[in-house]
Amino acid sequence: MGVVAADKAKKPDELPNRKLNIEAFWMGAFEITHDIFDVFFRDENTSVGSEVDAVTRPTPQYIDLSWGMGKSGGYPVNSMSQDAALMFCRWLYKKTGVFYRLPNEAEWEYACRAGSTAIYPFGDNPKELGKYAWYKSNSKNKYQKVGQKQPNAWGLYDMLGNVSEWTLDQYDEKYLEKQADGGEPVVIPPGKRYPRSVRGGSFHDDADQLRSSSRQHSAADWNKRDPQIPRSRWWLTDAMFVGFRVIRPLKQPTAEEAEAFYNRYLKEN
Amino acid sequence: MNTDNKGTSSRREFVRNSSLIAGGVLAAPLFSKANYFSGADDTIKIALVGAGGRGTGAAIQALKTKQNVKLVAVADAFKDRLESCLKSMSQVEEIDSKRIDVPADRQFVGFDGYLKAIPLADVVILATPPGFRPLHFEAAVKLGKHVFMEKPVATDPAGINKVLATAQLAKQRKLNVVVGLQRHYQNSYRELFKRKDLIGDIVSSQCWWDGDGVWVRPRQEGQTEMEYQMRNWYYFNWLCGDHITEQHVHNIDVINWFKGAYPIKAQGMGGREVRTGKEYGEIFDHHFVEFHYPDGTILNSQCRHQPKTMSKVDELLVGTKGKIFAGAANIVDHKGKVIYQFDKQKENDPYQTEHDELFAAIAKGEFKFSDAENGARSTMTSILGRMATYSGQVIELDKALASNIDLQPKEYSWTAAPSILPNADGFYPVAVPGITTYA
Repeated sequence: MGVVAADKAKKPDELPNRKLNIEAFWMGAFEITHDIFDVFFRDENTSVGSEVDAVTRPTPQYIDLSWGMGKSGGYPVNSMSQDAALMFCRWLYKKTGVFYRLPNEAEWEYACRAGSTAIYPFGDNPKELGKYAWYKSNSKNKYQKVGQKQPNAWGLYDMLGNVSEWTLDQYDEKYLEKQADGGEPVVIPPGKRYPRSVRGGSFHDDADQLRSSSRQHSAADWNKRDPQIPRSRWWLTDAMFVGFRVIRPLKQPTAEEAEAFYNRYLKEN
Repeated sequence: MNTDNKGTSSRREFVRNSSLIAGGVLAAPLFSKANYFSGADDTIKIALVGAGGRGTGAAIQALKTKQNVKLVAVADAFKDRLESCLKSMSQVEEIDSKRIDVPADRQFVGFDGYLKAIPLADVVILATPPGFRPLHFEAAVKLGKHVFMEKPVATDPAGINKVLATAQLAKQRKLNVVVGLQRHYQNSYRELFKRKDLIGDIVSSQCWWDGDGVWVRPRQEGQTEMEYQMRNWYYFNWLCGDHITEQHVHNIDVINWFKGAYPIKAQGMGGREVRTGKEYGEIFDHHFVEFHYPDGTILNSQCRHQPKTMSKVDELLVGTKGKIFAGAANIVDHKGKVIYQFDKQKENDPYQTEHDELFAAIAKGEFKFSDAENGARSTMTSILGRMATYSGQVIELDKALASNIDLQPKEYSWTAAPSILPNADGFYPVAVPGITTYA
């Protein structure tokens, strides 16, 4: 992972490139949609915004955070915090007994590249991006239904563009420096609420932010228009471009390990 | 230096008013120049009245401004809310802790806390439930304070009349008043407003606040009825005004702003279809109102609190030459061509801008903001809508204002009876169109 030598748009946080060993996992072919997320969000058997229950639902949105871009029928769910995305995973684990989580940055980029070492999964030419991704040039300023563009070589749709995707990592500028060639990915542990890492770029980003190695992160101003203090743990007023997809590690953790994982990431901060 | 009568005054002008509070709120003497500072240095002292989530947010925004500001007093009806407010503020890294100077003897709990907090400040932030706003606003202005107050600014016609009268007094005394109708301070709305003539004459308009609704705080054992209603203020009209007032005022106000006018009558329909339990007090879960402007044009306004239904918070103005879509932040002609698009990457945090501009004006000794009258008139539009949906009748603005209907309890105390009480089964009386009247 990391930058491609010929890439003129590369940024310091994409350096140096590394070869990592990634354990096998399944990844959702699509970004999680409103339809799917709503099964969780509207699950009346789960508490809302509880401070004591291990699995709880996000509180209602104060205003419509899809911003009129579309909900049911296959549009990606958006504007959620990383906590809300991880809580969805935890809820899914409780419902299915299968451990799901967000991908870490290395897993995300591995899946995005699907074996490619070019700037984009399909090659180096940004002119071809429109065949694979919704981004600034073709999105008309909104996200689109998932799965309409061509998938990457491994059948994953919308890895680039549409909504940016949460990863598990705290954002660290020196992420790649902290990785060791030939090693397992070093996941940056959860710290402050901001910045957390997101990947893939979104419908409002330019082509250079959709490069496979491009790294972005959350910031306090993603929730600047939340008038309440403390600000919502679940929703972001100014990040209409962020969403997520989930992975399912082949090697499933024990029940204790799974609980410990979710507890570690979903402690209030 | 005071140079002329344009509303500027020396930033070090001294006004003494701490002795004026004895026995309640007395009118501060009128000075010939505006009262900008009570301190000998340039510190602007702030009191927060209403320390819930929004009040805490507003105080933090005030403390993040560039001016030399200091929070010196906090008042709230509830001790726990006051304490969680101070705790939240102390955790905000961007705020220099020296700016928060609220020792125990300047933390005022109870209904009368505002009387003790307001005199200590130059600027007062009013963020209690809106039923108290007229009372608190009047107290602040009579004591010569600049004000930031949240919307809505009242819940009943009597409250509106009080705010309108107080707004005049604030103007006379050159006190800055900003009302938290933050779309007026939001870049996209300001840019659209500048270009509103692109759509010609506005002939029709629509606005929406359709969403899921808000929290309930279950009744606790030993709670008096007053405490229960105060904890669940959203569901009681004397405190909240119903969601058509508490939330939807934002959207209605945008239409009034772009129209440059206020509706003179309203008719509409509404009720409780989904949110029917006793924990939801007396308010409706939906309203649809037709507001009539003096020029004969109509605003169709809808607001709904029903989970799993379409959600939308937006405004649309239709003109002779095109349409303004506030949410999309663009202007489109009648052939569908986008003739102006605001770049959403240039959107600001309007809640912060309200305070940035207010405190900059105060520090310079400028009189720049008098939002109270518009705040009151747009709030009244929403109350007019509520009166229309509750009664099912055509309600005229003049008559509604002249009615001076007052929903406030006779006494504010934990043991006093609120103006609405539950029946033996715990249900509250709810308006019924065709039966409820405002004659």
